[in-house]
Amino acid sequence: MVPNRGGSGVRVLIVEDDEKTAGYMAKGLGESGHLVDRAADGHEGLFLASENPYDIIVLDRMLPKLDGLAVLQALRTQGVGTPVLILSALANVDERVKGLKAGGDDYLTKPFAFSELLARLEVLAKRSGAPGVQTRLGYADLEMDLLARKVKRAGKPIDLQPREFRLLEYLLRRAGQTVTRTMLLEGVWDYHFDPQTNVIDVHISRLRQKIDKGFDRPLLQTVRGAGYALRTEP
Amino acid sequence: MPSGRSPNHESPSRAARLWGSAGFRFALASTALFAFCVIFIGALIFFSTTTLIERQVSDTVGAELRGLAEQYRQEGRPGLIAAVNRRSGPLGEREGVYLLTDPGGRPVAGNLSGWPAPVEPNGEWVRLTIRRAGDEESSPLLVGARGFLLSDGSRLLVGRDMRAVESFRESLLQILGLGLVVSLAIGSLGGWSLSRRLLRRIDNISATSRQIIGGDLGQRVSRDGNGDEFDRLAISLNQMLDRIEALMTGMRLVTDSLAHDLRSPLTRIKGRIELALRNGEDSESLRQTLEQTLAELDIIQGTFNSLLAIAEAEAGVSRSSLVEIDLRDLAADVAELYQPAAEDRGLVLTADVSTVPLPVRAHRQLLAQAMANLLDNAIKYTLPDGDITLAAKLEEGRPTLVIGDRGPGIPPEQREKVFERFVRLDSSRSHPGSGLGLSLVSAVAKLHGSEIVLSDNNPGLKVVWRFPPSS
Repeated sequence: MVPNRGGSGVRVLIVEDDEKTAGYMAKGLGESGHLVDRAADGHEGLFLASENPYDIIVLDRMLPKLDGLAVLQALRTQGVGTPVLILSALANVDERVKGLKAGGDDYLTKPFAFSELLARLEVLAKRSGAPGVQTRLGYADLEMDLLARKVKRAGKPIDLQPREFRLLEYLLRRAGQTVTRTMLLEGVWDYHFDPQTNVIDVHISRLRQKIDKGFDRPLLQTVRGAGYALRTEP
Repeated sequence: MPSGRSPNHESPSRAARLWGSAGFRFALASTALFAFCVIFIGALIFFSTTTLIERQVSDTVGAELRGLAEQYRQEGRPGLIAAVNRRSGPLGEREGVYLLTDPGGRPVAGNLSGWPAPVEPNGEWVRLTIRRAGDEESSPLLVGARGFLLSDGSRLLVGRDMRAVESFRESLLQILGLGLVVSLAIGSLGGWSLSRRLLRRIDNISATSRQIIGGDLGQRVSRDGNGDEFDRLAISLNQMLDRIEALMTGMRLVTDSLAHDLRSPLTRIKGRIELALRNGEDSESLRQTLEQTLAELDIIQGTFNSLLAIAEAEAGVSRSSLVEIDLRDLAADVAELYQPAAEDRGLVLTADVSTVPLPVRAHRQLLAQAMANLLDNAIKYTLPDGDITLAAKLEEGRPTLVIGDRGPGIPPEQREKVFERFVRLDSSRSHPGSGLGLSLVSAVAKLHGSEIVLSDNNPGLKVVWRFPPSS
């Protein structure tokens, strides 16, 4: 398997032994403009990941020949810092912690929605080049001062509750990218379960009221079937 | 459970079984050790006693010999002959043996007819069998004697009858032998009954195990109640069996529940897809079918995840990942998560947290999920304009969570039932939900060693969740 070269999207390595799952992930990612390589077992995955510069690795946990966590540990030992999104059928919190401790950057439980995978993958791939500590965030005419904990839009102060502030911060750090409800629940509230009522939607609509009401261009967009994004155009 | 012993024992013969039992072999080994000790001590007593007695006799004889030699030096040969004759005569030592010979070896005085060959005239103690002169008819005597060479070449022998010493030695041997037999008997009888006792109690445990292997998981090892090692073993085994049974029941419930709640949505999905394929519908209706199917699959996945979370909480596997948290923080957090959703429905959700810390050892994710389920229910069932209260406080030293709603409440007789899986009191199922929310709450409560009481909120439902007091 020779890695793809050229093109624009993100370079992704999928290490997954299930042919069909890998196939549909590759197809979906390809259609979204990304370049995909596939490895069907741990050894091949480790080899490809050490030899080629990927933007992100999607790594299944249960793999033939070499277990996913072992691949991850080997990569981190070699100094390969490529972001890794772990896929696993093991859903409970303790397993998730184990995966993240081994050097994973995100953890997604099977079965997952493709939109969820795509959103997490794009956010992770972009994060790899992120700078260190930031004190100010901004998007379009929206500004956030992380030290003074103040938010302004077009120079006009916006009063936010602490949680709304954190929600907006999370979105601003991923401006232009789609974030799912689960990502918000995990990233802003640190909860890893599915609240039956769509509590996140209500929080988003409150935030939208505060930052978009009275402005011509809405910034907080709903991405149908996926989640939300801070974007100038829908 | 001795009554439940299986009639057709497939075990080998009783003797073989006894030999094969650790208890019996232990008893046998200890009896052997016991016997060895008795023999060793007996032998020690025997040899030291008899040696001591014989040495006393030989010392006496030695002293007498020196006395007679002294007499010879002072009074000469006639004095010695007189002394020997006196002592060996009827008024002398009854147990004494004396002989004085001239240098040619012929007897001069004493009660022996000739010098016995084993005795050398060098003063050494010698044991020998001999007959006294005059009683050749009776049995020979066992005698210990010393010989002495006088300065004129005459020889003097002094001895003692050792029969008394010998018979003492024999009776001592008999007593010690008897002692050995008795102690062996007591030792082996004790070992036998001890091993019988052990065997019976271990048999009892194996009989129970066989019944459990046979499928009757309700069996328990019977107890003596005397608190010894076997009793403690029985308690531990029974606790282990309780745990296994609870896990098995839980597992069975999960599979039953999966079958129960996944069958109907799977049937719907299958039917819908088959229908769409058979009718050769246009792409728009096919798209609708796919969307409906996806929504249905999300519900199935939700049910699946809830069941796994319940199983996780019930299996107690995450007990190791309990960490100390402040119940106030979690209560405020979850309330804040649900506040906008409540307000959206025209409800007021107020959180009332205590001013003192409420430390609880908790699995944050599962506890948050359980609290979310309770709030979710409260929001779902509270009528418009109603209020929902979430309080976290210290009650009788225990961190306590109280959630009150203004819904229809739960009739007292059904309050226990709602914690079972898939129980939904609303039989019309007009509110969405899997019927697993409260089962998860119940499992999480158990994981935290806490208890939940449902009561009337006048009107509505009041959930009081009490955690163990922090140490």
